[in-house]
Amino acid sequence: MAKKTLDVLTDPVVNNNPITLQVLGICSALAVTTKMETSVVMAIAVIAVTGFSNLAVSAIRSFIPSSIRIIVQMCVIASLVIVVDQFLKAFLFDISKQLSVFVGLIITNCIVMGRAEGFAMKNSAGISFLDGIGNGLGYGFVLLVVAFFRELFGSGSLFGFTLLELDRNGGWYNPNGMMLLPPSAFFIIGMMIWVIRLNKPAQIEES
Amino acid sequence: MKPLRDAFDRVHPYFAKGGILEKAYPVYESIDTFLFTPGETTRGRTHVRDGIDLKRMMITVVFALIPVTLFGMWNAGYQANSAIVKMTEADVPIEYDWHHSVHTFFGLGHDPGSFADNFIYGAIFFIPIYAVTMFVGGHIEMIFSVLRGHEINEGFLVTGLLFPLTLPPSIPLWQVALGIAFGVIVAKEVFGGTGRNFLNVALASRAFLYFSYAASISGDKVWTAVDGFSGATALGQMAIAEGGAIESLDSVQYVWGDTGSITWMSSFLGTIQGSIGETSALLCLVGAGILIAAGIGSWRIMLSVILGVIGTTLLLNAVGSETNPMFGVPFYWHLVIGGLAFGLVFMATDPVSASMTNTGKWFYGILIGFMTVLIRVINPAFPEGIMLAILFGNVFAPLIDYFVVQANVRRRVARYAS
Repeated sequence: MAKKTLDVLTDPVVNNNPITLQVLGICSALAVTTKMETSVVMAIAVIAVTGFSNLAVSAIRSFIPSSIRIIVQMCVIASLVIVVDQFLKAFLFDISKQLSVFVGLIITNCIVMGRAEGFAMKNSAGISFLDGIGNGLGYGFVLLVVAFFRELFGSGSLFGFTLLELDRNGGWYNPNGMMLLPPSAFFIIGMMIWVIRLNKPAQIEES
Repeated sequence: MKPLRDAFDRVHPYFAKGGILEKAYPVYESIDTFLFTPGETTRGRTHVRDGIDLKRMMITVVFALIPVTLFGMWNAGYQANSAIVKMTEADVPIEYDWHHSVHTFFGLGHDPGSFADNFIYGAIFFIPIYAVTMFVGGHIEMIFSVLRGHEINEGFLVTGLLFPLTLPPSIPLWQVALGIAFGVIVAKEVFGGTGRNFLNVALASRAFLYFSYAASISGDKVWTAVDGFSGATALGQMAIAEGGAIESLDSVQYVWGDTGSITWMSSFLGTIQGSIGETSALLCLVGAGILIAAGIGSWRIMLSVILGVIGTTLLLNAVGSETNPMFGVPFYWHLVIGGLAFGLVFMATDPVSASMTNTGKWFYGILIGFMTVLIRVINPAFPEGIMLAILFGNVFAPLIDYFVVQANVRRRVARYAS
């Protein structure tokens, strides 16, 4: 049982990653990954929401009438997102401003809903919580990798610390402008999927 | 020729099945069949035969590109030399780089009236760009072919020549390497290699550079290869014109203060600044002639792009605009300025990424022509639109084919229903 519990937590990070395998939650991965800082905050926000929404949905799963379960799940998720949003506004106002609507849009992130509907409705509260955290981690992992490349090559820095001195500030590095545009995240996620599937051929879809 | 053939036959066992260099067979095979006619004939039940294979087809495109390439080298030198003379007269500081050192090493000067001065100076710009493209792109292609056991074929010779021709002569070489590496890997090898790229590889590479390093591939400083030069291209000038767009071409502001003029004839002949290969509409016509005569480029696509441009331009002329002078530009100007002629002849007709069906080709071409003019006229952020329009057309080509095939199926079902 212990091994299975651990699997629920770690599987979604690479083996069953919500972005690279299930291709869910792509939109926010494009929008918030220009900087490491915002990506970390976004990742933590999503981890918190998926974890606690799974916990809450799983705890009340036997009382939810099947015909209105989607609405109930949405209410739980939306309440959690509002809490996270208010928390960011109170304590991390600058980052909250940069993330703008994308914190609110966690409500529509398919990963959160998908885990509530697909896992929490059938499993006990403890393991559902771990599953939520695991999927949040998988999402956060992709976000951080994408943001690493985009911030390093697009702005020459990581977490705001300059690593490659830009030529417009007298350095040598000519920043890649496309890395600051959302499509670059598509390329990086595509490359990630390529690398992961080279190592795990089981993930390749049959044509 | 005989000793060469013998040499190939001598090393053949090493590359054949069981030989120590078995994995590198695609490399051997590509060099062999580049130099000699392949010995294999079609086997099995195929009964559609043609005297031309993919290799010969690609080589024909390369031949069609030779006129624009040679002219492009001359023109790059001519533009640079003219600018150097004008800038020296006006005491504008010029920073010479290694191109100039190599040029003077050969004992040549910067006289725009001298053919050798122009051609050699242009070649000193073009050849490194071409060499870097072939070296980087060719090696990536070779690695993937060896890993996958595919044939290496001349397809890359075309991409590798098209790509440098779409670049400004002043582009930094590391950007050339990065661009072609991106194009070959992301637009071609990821999708399975030769024949499976749904985008034109040369244009995908260029688009990558365009969005990544816009300062090196757009604006009014890069099209003439002299450090310190600035002067608008025809499209750049018209986009910011006050009053009539065409009239504004009579007084283009250059860095030396003098105002030059861009005439229709100079745009048609190609003696204007621009990307290396695209300035001359006349020589693109020559290339189109070669491609159509050899049965390789589709005249349907070329004609329909032109029709799309003419139709859209006439429409926009009729609509008119108080604030945007580009609305008034007539179609015979649109056809000679910018990269339109080059793109429609050599890029839009790429048989892999274009529509396959004959009806589809008409829709595909018209779509490209329409989008080109639309981007040029309506979008102030992009002075030129042919690159994005062709990539847009590439993306839609399979969909267009699908509808054409479905329509045909429906028509035949209806015909035999009764």
